[in-house]
Amino acid sequence: MKVSIVGASGYGGGELLRLLLNHPDVEVHQVTSERNAGKPVTRVHPNLRKNTSLNFCMVKELEKVDLLFVSLPHTQFMQRFDELSGLAERIVDLSADFRLKDMAAYQKWYEVEHPHPDKLTQFVYGNVELHREEMKKARYISGAGCNATATILPLWPLFKLGAVDTALPVVAEAKCGSSEGGNAVSEASHHPERSGCVRSYKPTGHRHIAEMEQELGHRIYFSATSIEMVRGILVTAHLFVKPEITEKDIWKVYRQVYGQEPFIRIVKEKQGIYRFPEPKILAGTNYCDIGFELDGTRLVVVSAIDNLMKGAGGQAVHAMNVMCGFEETAGLTFTGLHPV
Amino acid sequence: MAECPVCGAAFNLAEGTEKGEIIICGDCGSELEVTGKDSVQEAPQEEEDWGE
Repeated sequence: MKVSIVGASGYGGGELLRLLLNHPDVEVHQVTSERNAGKPVTRVHPNLRKNTSLNFCMVKELEKVDLLFVSLPHTQFMQRFDELSGLAERIVDLSADFRLKDMAAYQKWYEVEHPHPDKLTQFVYGNVELHREEMKKARYISGAGCNATATILPLWPLFKLGAVDTALPVVAEAKCGSSEGGNAVSEASHHPERSGCVRSYKPTGHRHIAEMEQELGHRIYFSATSIEMVRGILVTAHLFVKPEITEKDIWKVYRQVYGQEPFIRIVKEKQGIYRFPEPKILAGTNYCDIGFELDGTRLVVVSAIDNLMKGAGGQAVHAMNVMCGFEETAGLTFTGLHPV
Repeated sequence: MAECPVCGAAFNLAEGTEKGEIIICGDCGSELEVTGKDSVQEAPQEEEDWGE
C-alpha cells in the first residue's frame, strides 16, 4: 500500500516515518516539509540513514496515494482539509484537529472556530483499544493526544466495568519528556533553562483534558509536569472505587478488558527494580504499561508510554493496521532496550 | 485449576509439581507456594526498603 506523510520533519512525523519504512505492507511514497523541501530526510532524521533515500517535498507536489498521514501543527489540517482529503481515500491525522466531537470544544480548548464541524463525527478517535470495530470501517482516524492516551488507557476499563465511584473526583498527574514540546525551539527549551527541570507547565487547563473527558465521560482533574527526560510519559492517577472492590477485582477488570490487547501490559510486581510502569524501558516501543495499588477505596493507577510511539507514531501505525486489515502488530514489534 | 491469590489468574499446575515448590504467577509475577494438587498460597517474601 502506498502512503505519504504530510509534515514529516517533526518528531511525531519522523517517528512515523521510521516505523513505516520498516512496515511489511507499506511503501512510503512522499514526505513533506515546506522548510526542508529538496533536502534528504536523513538531514533531519539521521537515525534513518541507509534506510531511505527520500527527499522532503512540498505539499503542492503531493501525488495521490492509498493512505495519507497528516502530522501538521494543530489547526493547520482543519484549514487545509479540502485540499488534502482529495489525495487519498483514507487519512490518519496525528494532530488534534479532528479529535473532539463537539465543535464548541475547539473554541474552548483551542480557541479556534472549526471550519469543518460536519467532518468531526467522521473521524474515529485514535486509541485502538477503545475504537477497534469503528476503525475497521473508517476512512478517517484522528490520533489521540499523548497525555490523553497515557491517562485514558489505564482509566477506561475501570469506568467501562463500573468500578469507579463517580461521585468522587479523578485526579491525574503526568510527568512528561521534552519531546512532547515538538522540535520548535523556545526560550523555555534552551538547554540551561530546560536541563534538570521539574517544571509544572500545566497545573490546570491542559488541552488533552477535553479528549480525556470525551472518551471517559467523566470530569478529569489533570496536571502536567516537564521533567528531565526526552521521551516518555508517566501518569499517576488517583480515583476512588466502590467499597466492595478488592485488588484482585482490579486485576480481573484489566484482564477482562485488556487480556488480548497486544500493546497493553499490566505491570505490578512485588520484587525487582521495575515493579511498576516506567517510561525509560518503553522508549521506541508501542506499549502502554499499567500498574495499580489499592489503598482502601483509593486506587492509585500508574501508566507509562513513549509519547512519540503509543502517544503518536506507533498509535497511528496501529490504527492504520486495524483500518486496513493488516496484522495489528506489523511494524510495531520492537520490545525496547534494557539497560538504556 | 489453581487460582493466584494475588491477582485471581487461573492456571493449571504443571505435571510433577510438588507441594512446597515455588512457582511464579504468569500474570502478576507473584511467587506462589504450591500447597496441594490445585492450590497455591503467596510465598513469604523479603520486602525491599526503598528509603522508608
